[in-house]
Amino acid sequence: MAARIHRVSAWRVAALYNARRALRKGARAAEKLVPRKAPVSGIIFWLVIAFLFMPLAVLFFYSFNKSRSGQWTGFSFVWYQKLFLDSPDLWKAFSNSILIAVASALMATVLGTLAAVGTSRFNFRLKKYVSAMSFLPMVMPEIVVGVSLLVFFAGIGLKLGLLTVWIAHTTFNLPFVYLLVSARLEEFDPSIIEAARDLGATELQTLFKVIIPVALPGIASGFLTAVTLSLEDFVITFFVSGPGATTLPLYIYSMIRFGVSPVVNALSVIMVAGTVLLVYPARNFLKVFASR
Amino acid sequence: MKRNYGTAYAVPQALWLTLFFAAPLAIIIVYSFLKKGLYGGVEPEFSLDAYRALANPTLITVAWRTLWVSVAATLLTILIAIPCGFSIAKSRNQAMRLFLVIVPFWTNFLVRIYAWVSILGNEGFLNQALRLIGFRPEGYQFLYNQGAVVLVLVYMYLPYAILPLFSTIDKFDFTLLEAARDLGATRMQSYIKVMLPNIRGGIITAVLFTFIPIFGAYAVPLLVGGKDSYMLGNVIADQVTKTRNWPLASSISMTVTLLTGVAVFLFTSRSHKKAEVAKDLDPRALPAEPSGDSVRAEVR
Repeated sequence: MAARIHRVSAWRVAALYNARRALRKGARAAEKLVPRKAPVSGIIFWLVIAFLFMPLAVLFFYSFNKSRSGQWTGFSFVWYQKLFLDSPDLWKAFSNSILIAVASALMATVLGTLAAVGTSRFNFRLKKYVSAMSFLPMVMPEIVVGVSLLVFFAGIGLKLGLLTVWIAHTTFNLPFVYLLVSARLEEFDPSIIEAARDLGATELQTLFKVIIPVALPGIASGFLTAVTLSLEDFVITFFVSGPGATTLPLYIYSMIRFGVSPVVNALSVIMVAGTVLLVYPARNFLKVFASR
Repeated sequence: MKRNYGTAYAVPQALWLTLFFAAPLAIIIVYSFLKKGLYGGVEPEFSLDAYRALANPTLITVAWRTLWVSVAATLLTILIAIPCGFSIAKSRNQAMRLFLVIVPFWTNFLVRIYAWVSILGNEGFLNQALRLIGFRPEGYQFLYNQGAVVLVLVYMYLPYAILPLFSTIDKFDFTLLEAARDLGATRMQSYIKVMLPNIRGGIITAVLFTFIPIFGAYAVPLLVGGKDSYMLGNVIADQVTKTRNWPLASSISMTVTLLTGVAVFLFTSRSHKKAEVAKDLDPRALPAEPSGDSVRAEVR
């Protein structure tokens, strides 16, 4: 019974919150009806887009090239064929990357969300320390983080491998999750929580039924940011990775000296196409994401 | 009576970051004051050798170069990113434009660096295109110099500057520009005197997001730079992996961290004061608001 009342009231508060948001949004939409024209900045924007896409066009082009060199010798699917049928090392690195990305993003999301909930709602002795510790890794050059972790792992005698890579990735992902979830929590009306507590919800019930659902967009963008950062990371991974823990960026790096095989171009084309197809329908999400 | 669960919530993260961020950093600080071991590692003996080695003229040249490359690349990035953010904010199709900015960044950054190598290289796209229009038949070396390093750095960090700039410009009240124009300002004046102070927060974030990673850059100078484009990040990596002089690597790391810290502090504290003033001038300091989708998601 108590749980039911609690659910209904949380729903109502959320609806109220929603209505207020919609109102503000309406005001903004009206503002946009006034014609805005910005030709010069528009030209710069499209030039920048051309600049940003140039390397992608080159990748696309080479992935269909028959020969390995820079000269165009004819259209072919040979690199795609090779990618799927004959690249065990690349797939091993790819699966390592995915494994590390998901595992470290999960860990960072759990720890970061909890800490954000704690610091946004309570005052406690550790609070300053937690927010400072969550800010510092972001303003520290990556190479310093990488070197210090390498020295640390060597010091405690932990063998470099998937475990150390996971620890390192969780560490640099944590501040981002913490920040994104905190920003989200700052926006919502704390009286919802008070209401839930007054209606008899325990702390755990409040956490799982009120706070987490409301903070979900922040948690989701934190998780996705963490996955992306982890998939991309080269510098820190370079220092803390060991045998058997080659991630995709490390694999690509090891190839660059001999010239990247067009197989990597083929993989990139497929990955970009895949992500575009996945994310394009949800592109409005990016706006939320950008305003963090 | 509300019980305080703050510590319980925050302890896991605090422990994690203490163990895997603060402790390693403390070790680096300690190592920088120790003697270098014969076969790598350190000897437990106090020494200032690692800091004395910093006075090495080659190292000073590298530090100086790192500083100016970072400043140049950051400046260029911000100068390009402001009109871009402006254009996205003004667009009727913001989500689409943001999408376009972000898509290239779903390709691994090493792959993108390699793509730049094949554009700028001796037999690359650019030289082939120049040859087609009858220019420089001998081919010009665009790669392996500082220009290439700055270009690729700007390329890498543009989105990190565009996104925060977009989100502040989007919240800027564009009618203020009209008001300025009505009061006799030229278009340029209205942008510089009215818009810039109001988007200072976004500019600060954008500068931090670009300057810090560029200052510690490692991969870009290694892959597109020449012998004369080594940056501090490369020196640290070499000391760790090749020379195995951990104290020196530590002392350079400390220097990089301190320099970044000082730059960030000076920059934020100075701009902060001005930003405060700018905020007072802006009557509608509204908080950030997400679009309708997230609100719908949250009710579900």
